[in-house]
Amino acid sequence: MEEVTLMTKLTISPVTRIEGHLKIEVDMEGGKVVDAKSSGTMYRGIENILRGRDPRDASQITQRICGVCPTAHGTASVRCLENAFKVKPPTNGRIIRNLIFGSDYLMSHILHFYHLVALDYVKGPDTQPFIPRYEGDYRLDPKTNQVAVGQYLQALDIKQKCHQMVALFGGKAPITYGMVAGGATEIPSLDKIVSLKWRLKEIQEFIDGTYLPTVYLVAGAYKDLFGVGVGCKNFVSFGAFPLDDDEKTFLIKPGSYTQGKDLPLDQTQIREYVKYSNYDDSTTGLHPSKGKTVWVPEKKGAYSYVKAPRYRELPHEGGPLARMWVTNPVLSKNANKFLGVDSSKEIRFRDLGDKAFSILGRIAARAEECKLVADAMDKWIDQLKPGAPSWTKVEIPKEAEGFGLTEAPRGALGHWISIKDQKIDNYQVVAATIWNASPRDDKGKRGPIEEALVGTPVPDIKNPFNIVRVVRSFDP
Amino acid sequence: MPITRRQFLKVFAGTGVAVTVSGSLLPEIVSALEKAAAGNPPVLWIQGAGCTGCSVSLLNTTHPTIAEVLLNIISLKFHQTVMASAGQTAYDYLWETADKNYGKYFLVTEGAIETANEGRCCLSGERSGKEVPFTDLTMYLGKGAAAVLALGQCGFGGIPGAEPNPTGVKSVRDFFKSRAVKTPVINIPGCPPHPDWIVGTIAHALLFGIPELDDDGRPKMFYGTLVHDNCPYRSYYDEKKFAKSFGEVGCRLELGCKGPESYADCWKRGWNNNVNWCVHNSLCLGCTQPGWPDNFSPFYVKTTG
Repeated sequence: MEEVTLMTKLTISPVTRIEGHLKIEVDMEGGKVVDAKSSGTMYRGIENILRGRDPRDASQITQRICGVCPTAHGTASVRCLENAFKVKPPTNGRIIRNLIFGSDYLMSHILHFYHLVALDYVKGPDTQPFIPRYEGDYRLDPKTNQVAVGQYLQALDIKQKCHQMVALFGGKAPITYGMVAGGATEIPSLDKIVSLKWRLKEIQEFIDGTYLPTVYLVAGAYKDLFGVGVGCKNFVSFGAFPLDDDEKTFLIKPGSYTQGKDLPLDQTQIREYVKYSNYDDSTTGLHPSKGKTVWVPEKKGAYSYVKAPRYRELPHEGGPLARMWVTNPVLSKNANKFLGVDSSKEIRFRDLGDKAFSILGRIAARAEECKLVADAMDKWIDQLKPGAPSWTKVEIPKEAEGFGLTEAPRGALGHWISIKDQKIDNYQVVAATIWNASPRDDKGKRGPIEEALVGTPVPDIKNPFNIVRVVRSFDP
Repeated sequence: MPITRRQFLKVFAGTGVAVTVSGSLLPEIVSALEKAAAGNPPVLWIQGAGCTGCSVSLLNTTHPTIAEVLLNIISLKFHQTVMASAGQTAYDYLWETADKNYGKYFLVTEGAIETANEGRCCLSGERSGKEVPFTDLTMYLGKGAAAVLALGQCGFGGIPGAEPNPTGVKSVRDFFKSRAVKTPVINIPGCPPHPDWIVGTIAHALLFGIPELDDDGRPKMFYGTLVHDNCPYRSYYDEKKFAKSFGEVGCRLELGCKGPESYADCWKRGWNNNVNWCVHNSLCLGCTQPGWPDNFSPFYVKTTG
């Protein structure tokens, strides 16, 4: 190991096992990170590509923003269009969309733990794609490690089965056709309902019997990581999975935890800043309903193609930790065992206390949420009415504005539209990872990942495990 | 079990009995591939301006499973989404592997190639402290590859290249042409492509060389049939029975189906282990065709002509 004493710079580019292109630069002193920069290194301009198109095309085009969470964009987009068109989906449409989206949640969370983060804790076999790798801080005993490697392979099969569930009513996955403005495209048949129910049962068994216990088992070997990667401690959740046809109640609750206070969600409080992003300075501080995306390839001081969204003028973390903190559900019995609390007692997420604000807090939140969604889906399937319509006809207004909010597996997601002459005049997306991976805002405040990196111990600079562990805990 | 090229193609073209069940690759092929695996040339998989959807689709392969593909069939030396290492360790390894296997490796590109601002809209990593645009990486690795597999609709330009094409996206073929790179390019379009199309094409390239391609550079064995001519809803079209709303019985033409212009074998292969496919669910959007999405939108309006 190399002892780090003087100020050292370290760049990780590309950050692997994430979706997209991310560069992380950190300054270290005394073996700890003292400052960090998170840079998105890819620009496509999809918001500008949407302008002038038929508004309904947005729910297809925006799914291609993220191939890991397309149904999140699909959901935000159809909600946005319905808000502008002034329609609501029928009951079957609402439930089918929840089931498509829920199945993709399960896929995304399982993929994240086993295929995106596990290799930071579990030593893979000495073959591609497990080598080369960082060497050193693998703490599982050989037997547990072997079990975890086996689960890596098992989870690949579970992951594709989750996508079979997405496709049952979604047509295919990734990128689905089954959710459209006005509801869902398929009228549920009894055989599909039964098929979905049986498939979900297998996934639930995996979540309860394998995923959750393994998360707490791994956490037990890396307990110090409950104190690493704290972050900004402000959380925002837009809410997801509407439980009634008026869309007033949600499985994942909307709201924020801002400077230690629980506040109701108010989407008018969102602003996007661009002082440190490669966009025109005249567009800084706009609400997304009036937002602009004016790309400036070379701009002094800018270090990211990601804007800096702020809620109530502050950086807010999104994702499972934010949602579980806001929703505060009862946890699985695995949590009782881990915390040494009698299994007859109910533990809620906030009972984790400060432990929650950490690398492992995020990973545990994701696993607990996975169970919450899977168990809810099991009940939703029973609420489907075979043969009843799933879709309501929509008409594109000549002029209208609208927005649609939801929660992508990795954080708060919003779409905003304005329509002129029945075409898209402006379309703005504030995507989940934009919240977490954002650069500094105009006041110089770091984004959540940047903030979470500060203070992270890096005992071996050649193998900076903890840096990638912090970054990946956000599932960027 | 040895397998002849003829048998192999028969299976892939879907005329074999087994394929009608699920459209999957046969176990016999897997075992043939496994025997060859140890000596197989490396596959380097790089990502440009994309969404990772092609990779997520590849992970959905069922016969063979992705575990078999990754561990036994393909010698995947670089893939940003699955590989263990990160940063310098990972990126240097990519360049070194390419140099060591010059002329032998297969390059897979996922996502679009953005040429605006000298390619600096998409940076692929850092080499000796300098940021490397995806354009430079693709050109360098493209030159030394035995063949390039341009994955996804982005290989044609895709959504990032749609009007007004803000980042100067070029198709992989046009990009190589403009830089005088002569390496053969196989297009595997789809947004995303079916995992069988990806695994099948890679397997064919490893075992028998480049498969027969159509004018758009797509393997004929997967993209050789018109969706509309083979659609199970075709008889509704012939009887002029058209669905007017989602969920209604009938041909999907008036909902906007692009099956009459789209070449792909989704109609028999199905998606996600054949549990469903686009037209059964709603409609075909034409995502395997060059010129998509611009020439196929608005999506939910009947195509004229």
